[in-house]
Amino acid sequence: MITNLEKKEKVMENQIAGKSSQLIFEKSKPGKRTHLTPNTKSEPAELRRWIPSALERKREPHLPELSEPEVVRHFLNLSQKNYSVDTNFYPLGSCTMKYNPKINEDMAAHPKFAHLHPYQPEESVQGILRIFYELEQWLLALTGMDRFSLQPAAGAQGELLGMMIARAFHRANNDTKRRKVIVPDSSHGTNPASAALYGFEVVTIKSNERGRVDLNELARATNDETACLMLTNPNTLGLFEDEILEIQKMLHQKGSLLYYDGANMNALLGVARPGDMGFDIVHLNLHKTFSTPHGGGGPGAGPVGVKKRLEKFLPAPLVDKKGDKYVLNGELPDSVGKVKSFYGNSGILLRAYTYMRKLGIDGLCQVSRDAIINANYLRKKLNGTFVVPYPEYCMHEFVASAEAQNSFGVHATDIAKRLLDFGFYAPTVYFPLIVKEAIMVEPTETESRETLDQFVKVMEKIDKEAKESPETLRLAPHTLPVSRPDEVGAARNPILTYRDFISQKS
Amino acid sequence: MSYFPLTEEDRKQMLSEIGVKSFDELIGKVPAGLRKPAIDLPPGVSEFELKQYLENILSQNQTAREMLSFLGAGSYDHYIPSAVRHIISRGEFYTAYTPYQPEASQGTLQTIFEYQSMMAEITGLDVVNASHYDGATAFAEACLLALNFNQRQKVLVARSVHPEYRRVMKTYLSGTDFQIEEIPFNASGSLDMDAFRKMLDMNVGCVAAGSPNFFGLVEDLDEVSDLTHKHGALFVTTGHPLSYVAFRSPGEWKADIACGEAQPLGIPLSFGGPYVGYFATTRSLVRRIPGRLAGMTKDRNGRRAFVLTLQAREQHIRREKASSNICTNQALCALAVCVYIATMGKEGLKNTALLNVERANSLRERIEKLSGYQVPFKGAIFNEFVVKSKRTVALLFEKLYKKGVLAGYSLEKDYPELKNHFLVTATETKTEEDLDHFVKLLGKI
Repeated sequence: MITNLEKKEKVMENQIAGKSSQLIFEKSKPGKRTHLTPNTKSEPAELRRWIPSALERKREPHLPELSEPEVVRHFLNLSQKNYSVDTNFYPLGSCTMKYNPKINEDMAAHPKFAHLHPYQPEESVQGILRIFYELEQWLLALTGMDRFSLQPAAGAQGELLGMMIARAFHRANNDTKRRKVIVPDSSHGTNPASAALYGFEVVTIKSNERGRVDLNELARATNDETACLMLTNPNTLGLFEDEILEIQKMLHQKGSLLYYDGANMNALLGVARPGDMGFDIVHLNLHKTFSTPHGGGGPGAGPVGVKKRLEKFLPAPLVDKKGDKYVLNGELPDSVGKVKSFYGNSGILLRAYTYMRKLGIDGLCQVSRDAIINANYLRKKLNGTFVVPYPEYCMHEFVASAEAQNSFGVHATDIAKRLLDFGFYAPTVYFPLIVKEAIMVEPTETESRETLDQFVKVMEKIDKEAKESPETLRLAPHTLPVSRPDEVGAARNPILTYRDFISQKS
Repeated sequence: MSYFPLTEEDRKQMLSEIGVKSFDELIGKVPAGLRKPAIDLPPGVSEFELKQYLENILSQNQTAREMLSFLGAGSYDHYIPSAVRHIISRGEFYTAYTPYQPEASQGTLQTIFEYQSMMAEITGLDVVNASHYDGATAFAEACLLALNFNQRQKVLVARSVHPEYRRVMKTYLSGTDFQIEEIPFNASGSLDMDAFRKMLDMNVGCVAAGSPNFFGLVEDLDEVSDLTHKHGALFVTTGHPLSYVAFRSPGEWKADIACGEAQPLGIPLSFGGPYVGYFATTRSLVRRIPGRLAGMTKDRNGRRAFVLTLQAREQHIRREKASSNICTNQALCALAVCVYIATMGKEGLKNTALLNVERANSLRERIEKLSGYQVPFKGAIFNEFVVKSKRTVALLFEKLYKKGVLAGYSLEKDYPELKNHFLVTATETKTEEDLDHFVKLLGKI
């Protein structure tokens, strides 16, 4: 039984030592200021003339008032409640949570970059245009494509742009019947969502027993209405689509294009190139393969590369080199249009280029080699304790299953949550959808053998717990700031702002 | 190679434990003709050499701060408190993943909740997502949401909305049957109400306008809003978010969706990105909003907890039926906005907004007095305004650039009807001396 004193101590403990979940609004007190800007010098009458009463804001916004030390402590304490790559191992499949080198951040914060306005004259931005130009050359060499647009802000936006290019291509050929996009049932959720957002009809095809695209299914699904097949290779099971050359031949013969979802490119640096496989359109996630940080959800960058025949459809502007000058070429009459303001997530592009130049081609090849070794090592060590449904060498990731643990009433999510107690982030669970109780693991190349061994030990311990004390797993985590938040309640009765919270309280 | 923890010995042992003799066996499923292509790129370098190389390239830039810049037009140089960069540079924030595991992500989730709360206050609306790629994509998705919501065919967009926003919306809608029509602006740079009334019919699903608009004018949107709603369409507004602290907020104009660029709230210019699009809407549209939302709830022990919520809208659950394809967003930039607002505080923000009003108006009044220049649009402004020059803008800009001044944004390319017009921006970062200097130079040319 918990005594009152213990209860009180618990409350205090939660309030101090950074464990508080008090909102910044609840810490606010009228009159606190940070004095970061000078005061206005105008007469009140002048300000009234400039802000006519009909246009003046009537209801003041309710915003926090704190001093700077309090603000800093508030956010730093919140930061301590996060797992991050800097502090924890993320075996998060399909997410490539590799180390984010610090030099990348320094370059992006460099005053010679950070203070560049996007509309400055070309001659004053030669440095950054050169970086864009060189980055494109590197992406071309690594993927085997003919031209890249750096504009898309993320992988999903790259996919959307890919859909636009596919449509523009077929239209230019007066081939207007092609309204369907094929995706395998193992694909990322963004693939069908991007195709649908742009008005395509999505056709999902089943994978075969080897976890790959089923050529018969594909042949049945492909016809003169097919605009494009979207494919990840290696696929989300971590398996290389070994019939890729047959796939591309079939699609191209039927007049369709082939789209490469670059989410799993971390397996392929120096191993194989999507351009050589026959892909027509490619996006890359620079925040995965090229080490730019995930930022708690973004920003990333999703450059899109195409083959020669699709080049003219890319969004404007492209960076070209004329003599020794770099220019923004906006004269692209067949372009699908702009997908984003300005030129893309420039700061992310700069980080990715920093990373590539640091590693060079030898280092980039090492990236994929070590990523594949680490994944196979974990697969081998966990096989047996967990079911590994596709027992063959994987690429940079693999999928296990909590099927065996299921008989003790334990699910993949319980295993994921229990891992948090041991300081490991959770693997991707319940994805891809075609594996029951999926546990998808991608260690990346930036983890040591010691960390992987530790992870295996913990997974074995959790398997033991599943048999001996399944309740421990079902109630996990036990050591984190919160455990098993009520997600159903949150969706049924959404409290999405401080104002919602206050009005529900009263 | 400093980013690889495996030693040569580790690799050997691990390969042998996997049960292969060489790495190449692991990639045996890659068809031989595709395997290990020759790639002609240079080898790696030390961090020291790398930094020298990149700094040498970056030195070829001349930044807006190294000149005297009056460039805005959708990307604004505001003062950013030091605390912002320090906080978002914490590895615990910037190297974290999307907070799908709430227990290990309470820090990120609470900051998203606070960002939503602050932006809801600033926009005067109920719900804010976290987040969009930028103002232009937020604008495009806002119009798409509105059209899909009321199943109508047409969007009316003010020609005075940022040209890039309109361009991006056009691209986003190009795969659909939706039609876009532009509402012209009148002689004073505001939305042409006569034209608008004629264009508005029951096929219109969405009306989109800016305040402040692209010309810097704060528009009176009461009538536009009323007419739009009377016709059963949704009203989308866009504008500089700091202006909403001094001028009427989108909520006060009864906007259904407010969206735009939150870069001015704590994010450096960075040559156009990464920025962050804000997207705010009413409670009635909450289940249609694209992107991520954090909600407050309780954990199994009754403790306050934050989670990503209403995820049934999103691509990882709904696939082709999702409300948007957005996945990776601009979360860290949203955190920067949150920290900026917290650091500036209520008073600091209001003060900064007023400083912008003061600087821009003071500059406009002085330029208006110069011979050779006119101020064609006289309405209320936040921090930018249009100037018409007697000379061609390209020539004027070139002369000023040689004197270390970025005079603004030339409007001719996007608006052929505005020959010799340019947009001048003055934020709180411009001192009295800066304004004096600029006015003097303009007068001499």
